[in-house]
Amino acid sequence: MLNDTALHSHLKTQVPDNDWYKRRIIVLLCLVVPVFMLLLLRLFYLQIVEGGNFRKLSEHNCIRLQAIDPPRGLIFDRNGRLLVDNRPSYDLSIVVRDAKPLNATLQRLSRYTRMPLDALWAEIEKYRNQPSYKPVPLLQDIGRDMLAVLEVNRYELPGIVIDVRLRRLYVNDQSAAHILGYVGEISSDELKSPRYANYKRSDIVGKAGVEKTFENVLRGERGGRQVEVNAAGQLVKILKTVDAVPGNNLFLSFDLDLQQKAEKLIDNVHGAVVAMDPDTGSILAMASSPSYDPNMFINGFSQEQWQKLISDPFHPLENKAIQAEYPPASTYKIITAMAGLQEGVINDGTTLFCPGFYKFGGRDYRCWKKSGHGSINVTKALAESCDVFFYQVGLRLGVDRLAFYAKASGLGSLTGIQLDHESAGLVPTSDWKKRRFKVSWQSGETLSVAIGQGYNLVTPLQLCAMIATVANGGTRFVPQIVSKIENASGDVIKKTAPEVAGHLPVSPDNLDIVKKGLWDVVNERYGTGRIGAIPGVEVSGKTGTAQVFSRKTNDTENEKQRTERLRSHAWFVSYAPSDNPKIAVAVLVEHGVHGASAAAPIAREVIRAYLSESTSQPSGEAHQ
Amino acid sequence: MFDRRLIENFDWVLLLVTLLLVASGLITLYSAASAGMPVTQAFYFRQLMWFGAGILVMTGAFLFNYRKLDQYAYIAYGCCILMLLAVLVAGKYVAGSRRWLALGPVSLQPSELVKVAVIMVLARYYSRSATVKGMGFRELLIPMLLTGIPFALIVKQPDLGTAMTIVIIAATMTLFSKIEKRTLVCIFICGLVTVPVIWLFLKGYQKQRILTFLEPDLDPLGAGYHIIQSKIAIGSGMLFGKGLLMGTQNSLSFLPEHHTDFIFSVLSEDWGFIGSALILLLFLFLIVWGLNIAHGCRDSFGILMAVGISALIGWEAVINTGMVMGLLPVVGIPLPFISYGGSSVISMMLCMGILMNISMRQFMFE
Repeated sequence: MLNDTALHSHLKTQVPDNDWYKRRIIVLLCLVVPVFMLLLLRLFYLQIVEGGNFRKLSEHNCIRLQAIDPPRGLIFDRNGRLLVDNRPSYDLSIVVRDAKPLNATLQRLSRYTRMPLDALWAEIEKYRNQPSYKPVPLLQDIGRDMLAVLEVNRYELPGIVIDVRLRRLYVNDQSAAHILGYVGEISSDELKSPRYANYKRSDIVGKAGVEKTFENVLRGERGGRQVEVNAAGQLVKILKTVDAVPGNNLFLSFDLDLQQKAEKLIDNVHGAVVAMDPDTGSILAMASSPSYDPNMFINGFSQEQWQKLISDPFHPLENKAIQAEYPPASTYKIITAMAGLQEGVINDGTTLFCPGFYKFGGRDYRCWKKSGHGSINVTKALAESCDVFFYQVGLRLGVDRLAFYAKASGLGSLTGIQLDHESAGLVPTSDWKKRRFKVSWQSGETLSVAIGQGYNLVTPLQLCAMIATVANGGTRFVPQIVSKIENASGDVIKKTAPEVAGHLPVSPDNLDIVKKGLWDVVNERYGTGRIGAIPGVEVSGKTGTAQVFSRKTNDTENEKQRTERLRSHAWFVSYAPSDNPKIAVAVLVEHGVHGASAAAPIAREVIRAYLSESTSQPSGEAHQ
Repeated sequence: MFDRRLIENFDWVLLLVTLLLVASGLITLYSAASAGMPVTQAFYFRQLMWFGAGILVMTGAFLFNYRKLDQYAYIAYGCCILMLLAVLVAGKYVAGSRRWLALGPVSLQPSELVKVAVIMVLARYYSRSATVKGMGFRELLIPMLLTGIPFALIVKQPDLGTAMTIVIIAATMTLFSKIEKRTLVCIFICGLVTVPVIWLFLKGYQKQRILTFLEPDLDPLGAGYHIIQSKIAIGSGMLFGKGLLMGTQNSLSFLPEHHTDFIFSVLSEDWGFIGSALILLLFLFLIVWGLNIAHGCRDSFGILMAVGISALIGWEAVINTGMVMGLLPVVGIPLPFISYGGSSVISMMLCMGILMNISMRQFMFE
């Protein structure tokens, strides 16, 4: 006999034998059988006890699921003025299996809707492959008159379904079209992308502008309900409902008045205006001309309208403020000046001589002023936009040091504004040229780059951000297009805070020298941008005239005689008031020839409108 | 080399039951496929091909002595884990989760094969470590690890249903091999304590997902709707069913996933109580038969393998049919032999092959 502890340790180490396992298998068997009995009982309950009821429910497929689409968020300007609304529209569809007799119903429908019977049949034919309980869409946005007729005669139109759908309404037509964008039915490519994982066919999504970039904010959450319907497809009762969550409302950064003012100013020309708050990066206006009416995307185009829109050589759909790239031309001299001063190749006392041309590498590089500027320092060179001065500064710096300052000013990279299809522009470096063309950089090319020609490319938004950075003393902000987001009940969900993208690597003293030059541009009698001046407000700025093709030395042709397409683009970048800037503006007029005459007056009027408005309003209101 | 007695001892009953289940699965899939979109005839033929491959796998699985599996268990397990890792890195995205590994024209769901591998390693481990008194924490550490690794990898896909199946099978095999009473109580109490703590740390949407999982009615547009439609389909079959290809719920594609997880409701609608009860009884018979093979087996590895395989089929059948009848939460677990899906077919046929292997060698002495 073993004692207790010995038995214990014996048991602990004892390897189970077959009988031990067999006993446990019997236990398992005893557990399995009752579980299956329970399943059989459930089957009996469903199929025999309740079977009759379920059979009845299944015969008409009575339980259906209906989606409840959330209303899309609205879009307002910064002061709460409605820009994008939802309007109800009535869509007619028909459930084929409920519309018996189909032919007679369609005949009546054809009479009431004045839609040919063949066309109705064609629609039904199109959806032949879908289950017959699913509605076939027949007519969209039928209007209140037809709605009334159909409702009155509904008893003889079995199976018809009239859905109320919300459609987008762009309240001010063309205004801010490029910022707002438009919506449309989701495409098959979009459906495949993980970005639209929760979407289904025929969903409406943002296709351009903030409608697209803020899709997640505007969309809301779909709801739905389980309903029981009778044999004619009519609702008997609602079983369960999950409410839709409306989309959030978007408040944009600009004021509608200033935006429309900017649009009107460039209405007759092609180009872009961008205005920004230098202290926050908030966009105060962004206009691109020519424009389009986003409502056309909602209500449908005629073939002719669509052709006209897409074949227009001036690309109305393109937001020139962020998508189009132009040579910065003389506005780039701001960067060359900053780089020269900061790198010590010049100081505010350095004078260089301009005889009207600069000889380099056996070639004459011309100044825009044939007679020359004589001896000139950096502030005056900015004010008079002397090419020869900046040729020499550029040569002393070399292209890569210039590129460093250009990139630090935000050129050559995306500004990060939350709009689609932004272009990055181009800041050339010697490495870039080697990669791109497999050829070394030529010193002569540095001359072109130093005055903003050559390979340089910028967008109007980039130049606006650049001049805003100079204006506020060197802090570069990410341009913001949205000021705040509210939910449908008006609670603020997110308020846009200024976001710093970088700082200018330029000392305050050197920046002040450049800013003096920019003040001279508008305020000195020899300045190239005098036309941008506003009585009572000090404006600073810089003109630019971007050559569309390179100027040949023996070119005697007059600018005016060139065909429209070959004329130079006009730039004006500016800020005001000079000592405490509240607004920075960049204007580009395509083929406007001279920055001073074509672009500066537009910038002037934008600044005038903004400053007069914000002084007449209680301060703080317009800036928050 | 090949023993005549093996043929004499071949388990014809098991083969017959397997083929009956496979046939009813194919017929139901044909019915679902004939209903048209989105399941087409191509599904039916692909499934037929998978069964062809499955028969080969099954044959391969009973030709050699199953005790070899004991030797190769960890290698098979390691291969499966590697495949799971590959899925996480290079798997195909379908409806938001990565479960499939594309191998040329076919795609494989390694998580199905992992189930068999886990049964193998646990059978090997417990056949060496089980004691009459029961195992303590020290002995349970390795099985926990062996189960935890594939569990974590499959949760990551994410495929909660399959991950939970693995845990449930492992738990069944562990309890069968006996846990020390004190340890069992400890584990139970730990569970009771940790569940509320984890609940506190979950985010709102995670809680919502679990609540919906337990109570489909909370999601009337998703799981709740599926369950209602499934119950209508099953119930409307009544005693004799609507007949093959006559199911309306199914043909109007009211049923979601009607070729995979919800195939039992298609079957019940077509064949009524008589047909579906027969299927349930076939499953019950198969499990009892599997346990009977374990009962007749004389080495502990074989017993544990047979018990594990029976547990796998039993749990999947119970959870799947329980779900479509509205008794259990909605989880993505296939009905063995019946649901559409190549990987599930292959792993089920592999299991049957192993069971046959154990069955036909139970009278052999080596």
